[in-house]
Amino acid sequence: MDIFWAFVIGGAICVIGQILIDLTKLTPARILVFFVVAGCILGGLGIYDRLVDFAGAGASVPLPGFGNLLARGVMRAVDERGLIGVVTGGFTAMAGGVTVAVVFGYFAALVSSPGMKE
Amino acid sequence: MTAKNFEKMVKEASPKSAVFLNSVKAFLVGGAICAVAQVLYNRFEAMGFAKDDAGLIVAAILIVSAILLTALRVYDRIAKFAGAGTIVPITGFANAIAAPAIEHKNEGLVLGVGAKMFVIAGPVIVYGTVASVIVGLIYYFVR
Repeated sequence: MDIFWAFVIGGAICVIGQILIDLTKLTPARILVFFVVAGCILGGLGIYDRLVDFAGAGASVPLPGFGNLLARGVMRAVDERGLIGVVTGGFTAMAGGVTVAVVFGYFAALVSSPGMKE
Repeated sequence: MTAKNFEKMVKEASPKSAVFLNSVKAFLVGGAICAVAQVLYNRFEAMGFAKDDAGLIVAAILIVSAILLTALRVYDRIAKFAGAGTIVPITGFANAIAAPAIEHKNEGLVLGVGAKMFVIAGPVIVYGTVASVIVGLIYYFVR
């Protein structure tokens, strides 16, 4: 059942993005920024975690889930370290995902050539 | 109905149906990516990983897969079909890092690969970081 709801909610969030792209002429970069900021705000309000409880990966895998991760990380860091946590929590929370993407993206660029056809 | 009327009707109807069709494709592909992630997550949680760790492992698998598919020129072809279905999940973020890094390799390893990698990911990280600091500040004062 959790797989079904991950599919439905994850798909629905993508539909919101698709409608924004088709109807507002927002570029994909702006959509991604919008989703991350929206996820961070909803995460700060404690709303997004409830969607994650319900839809699991359907809520955490789309980009608002990334924003929620940042909000959760910064609030946890504030609990542990006070004001210092304000400036460490966000980056700490995204460290794993961004490092994997940057390192593998870097090596992918090294081994494949631009305009290469399969 | 005259041909002209019909043409007008098609013109009026098609943008809407295009949006609808694009939305269906985005729903199916985006939903499928999230469903696969949920299957993986359940498996790693059953293996005894803590929630946060299982989440990161799944994210890493999705990111590495998306970068591989980007390098093989497969991701862009799926994206042409799925639109936001491949842009909005974390795999789209990984694609946004790998694709410009590969495409701008000729401009050098520093200002090509190193800089262009962040053409889209950079703004996401900038606005995500600023939003997280604002959330953290408010939380500090109201908790």
